[in-house]
Amino acid sequence: MTEMSFPGSRPLNLSRRGFLSGTAGLVLATALPLRPARAQEAAAEAGPPVPLFLAIRPDGTAVLQSPFIEGGQGIYTALTQIVGEELDLDPAQFEVVPAPPGAPYDVMGGFRFTGGSSSVRSSYELMRRLGASGRAMLIEAAAARLGVPASELTTKPGLVVHAASGRETGYGDLSEAAMELAVPADVALRDPADFRWIRAGLKRLDIRGKSTGQAAYAIDVEVEGMLSAAVQHAPRLGLGPASVTNLAEIEAMRGVHSVHLLDGAVAVVADRFWQARRAVEAAEVEWQETGAEWPLPADFSSDGYRASLLAQDGPGLEVEAEGDAGAALAGAGTVIEAVYGAPFLAHGQLEPPSATARFNADGTLDLWLPNQAPEMFLAAAAETAGIDPSQVTIHSQMLGGFFGRHFLYRTANPFPQAIQLAKATGRPVKLVWTREEEFLRDAVRPLGTARFRGAVMADGSLALSAEVLGEGPTGRWYNAPAGEDGSAHEGLTGKPYAIPNRRIGHVYADNPAVIGYWRSVGHSMHDFFYEGFLDELAEAAGRDPFEMRQALVAGSPRHVTLLSEVGKLSGGWQRGPYQAEDGSTRARGVAMASPFGSEVATIAEISVDGGEIRVHRVWVAIDPGSIVNPAIIEAQVQSAVALGLSQTLVEEYIYEDGAPAARNFDSYDILRPDQMPEVHVAIVESGAPMGGIGEPGLPGVGPAVANAAAALTGRRFRTLPLSGHDLSAG
Amino acid sequence: MQLKVNGTLRDVDVEPDTPLLWVIREELGLTGTKYGCGIAQCGACTVLVDGQPTRSCITPAEMVEGTEIKTIETVEDTETGRKVVEAWVEHQVPQCGYCQSGQVLAATALLAGTPAPSDEDIDVAMVNLCRCGTYNKIRAAVRAASEA
Ligand code: FES
Ligand code: FES
Repeated sequence: MTEMSFPGSRPLNLSRRGFLSGTAGLVLATALPLRPARAQEAAAEAGPPVPLFLAIRPDGTAVLQSPFIEGGQGIYTALTQIVGEELDLDPAQFEVVPAPPGAPYDVMGGFRFTGGSSSVRSSYELMRRLGASGRAMLIEAAAARLGVPASELTTKPGLVVHAASGRETGYGDLSEAAMELAVPADVALRDPADFRWIRAGLKRLDIRGKSTGQAAYAIDVEVEGMLSAAVQHAPRLGLGPASVTNLAEIEAMRGVHSVHLLDGAVAVVADRFWQARRAVEAAEVEWQETGAEWPLPADFSSDGYRASLLAQDGPGLEVEAEGDAGAALAGAGTVIEAVYGAPFLAHGQLEPPSATARFNADGTLDLWLPNQAPEMFLAAAAETAGIDPSQVTIHSQMLGGFFGRHFLYRTANPFPQAIQLAKATGRPVKLVWTREEEFLRDAVRPLGTARFRGAVMADGSLALSAEVLGEGPTGRWYNAPAGEDGSAHEGLTGKPYAIPNRRIGHVYADNPAVIGYWRSVGHSMHDFFYEGFLDELAEAAGRDPFEMRQALVAGSPRHVTLLSEVGKLSGGWQRGPYQAEDGSTRARGVAMASPFGSEVATIAEISVDGGEIRVHRVWVAIDPGSIVNPAIIEAQVQSAVALGLSQTLVEEYIYEDGAPAARNFDSYDILRPDQMPEVHVAIVESGAPMGGIGEPGLPGVGPAVANAAAALTGRRFRTLPLSGHDLSAG
Repeated sequence: MQLKVNGTLRDVDVEPDTPLLWVIREELGLTGTKYGCGIAQCGACTVLVDGQPTRSCITPAEMVEGTEIKTIETVEDTETGRKVVEAWVEHQVPQCGYCQSGQVLAATALLAGTPAPSDEDIDVAMVNLCRCGTYNKIRAAVRAASEA
């Protein structure tokens, strides 16, 4: 995989091109060379450049057009810290808005993703240069105004300062003149030792609005003259509506405007969403088979699919190897074998998906929707509407949770239906999927399973062979060929351990379900498989799992430090079982993961109460190389631990007879407040290239908990969720 | 029918069994109250009815005629509500924020009735789901607000 080099990374001055309507003053654009965050493994061509914009208003405040979408991960705040640091403007003086995609911004047109925990790390250097260029231009404008050489000028936050004469000029007064200037070819960046805002735990920009009900999401969009719509999806993907047998009755219901037979769904458009929903749920629909691209077989089930995976023969395509695992295992005294597995999962982001579509008098289309990849949505929307992409405007909205839900997944996004309904009614239409319809069409985390064989060799070294079975989302959506789809094996590959004889194979097998990215993607299950099996090998070797990991990473100072940090954070490693102060018997498990460019070590402490696991404390040491905002990192790790624990303990999306069994949170458990453990986070800055933050806290949680459960009960739990096992029996 | 929302009597023309949630969002245009599940599982739709946290998604409008309904938009009208919001900001509780209107109102109701809640009181009152896992910060903020 090659990093794309992009010639135009010098910011362009776009002030006169009127790109930021309603904003006078200095406008800078730079282009972000972006590798599609996940498709990078697909060896897909790198996306074209994506510009981002910075404008300084006459009042001295700044508007930053963010190429990434805010969904609670704190990206807007982090960007203001980085740009503000170099621009010399207090991050609190920024307003951040999502940058619009595609045409008519002719320097744009590329792809960008909010995903792969990549937003800050992929844009860090460019954002710094953007801020520094702005500062240099403001200084130059001030030099002309004051009639002094630029070299005599400095800045302090929001002001250009001429120390010799004691004169100061606000950025706002200079922005118009700065607008006339060329972007400097070369700008000096601030010495990290002098950082004031980067690396500070600044408060986030969006918190007060989110604490007072003022934050608006896609579901809150209202446009003049709009109607509201609700759908009833076919119970199984591949069916479509033949007719609504009680059509007259539905049409006569209060507020109903019209009833529509769509691809795979029936829709009711009404004055109000509640009226539309009530009507569409009363619709009696006759469903029939259609020529859908991915029909779900009528007998499709999670159990059946798992069995079909396990029936696949290995060894699969080799995706990582060292030494000769086959020979080592053939010569080993005792070979340990185990099969690990994890179920399909729903995203369960709390905001149900929606889309508002409006065709304008000139034939153009405006769309308001949640999305993690605006250019892709724009292209797909244009195709659905049958118009040129230049005629589509996407209004990206703040995300009420995403976790991978808002990528472009055919059959899993509401906007094509909204476009059709707006076209059919000649009115703007807001379509909201009810939670039930969302469960029916979510793009789920794939069910996965892996077979392991391993041994402790006579010299104490390990030999390991693993075969992971199934299909990854990058293969599905970005055509990554089997063997090159990291999402199908990450977490089994890329581990930090010195195992001289090992082989990881990927046995590709189609997944009939519509699969998607879920927070930490392949890592969300593969690290659970691997780290569990590693503990089994430790047991076979008669070694402590923490001490064995220390030995296995001894050659990597970064990992040695990380393990020792998490050990310290937890008050010193102890496996247990031991008696806690409250009288409960507890044990601990440890796991390591290397997701998205960061390194993570996790320890979990559990007890068993009434046959159920209770997780008391989780300690996470995370090394993202270098950091922008420690408070945001801590919050993201808390959040990732919660989601990781949720899937470890309770989550399971089960297919039966071609449809999901659960349609809402009454039958699909997610982590409750009383199940949340204490979480302690240590941030380690090794100085390695910047890694991700949003996802890395997740993968270590499952194996740390399961390994603790093994220490406590003497039994191995090789499938998730753990609520599927009876722990009292042990 | 008439509903008293945030201190003002409002005439609304809806089917009597329309859930309060949709009356608030669609008839009154107060979108701070969120739809998450529609079946009383998540608490995103929490409003205060006569001071009691209530899941508006399953509360028929006709049942709350004659009550005082309070939504997140006016949470800062009371001293307790202000304290809770300040604690939420201080502790940087929200992530995506979608559940937080309900969380803030649940906390406000708890502290209005029980100014110094025990851990158990908090467990019983703060049961709304948060998919972003802000539970620890919620607990810390409730504590801080109770001590403010
Ligand atoms: S929307 Fe009312 S409880 Fe979830
Ligand atoms: S902050 Fe996102 S659901 Fe609670």
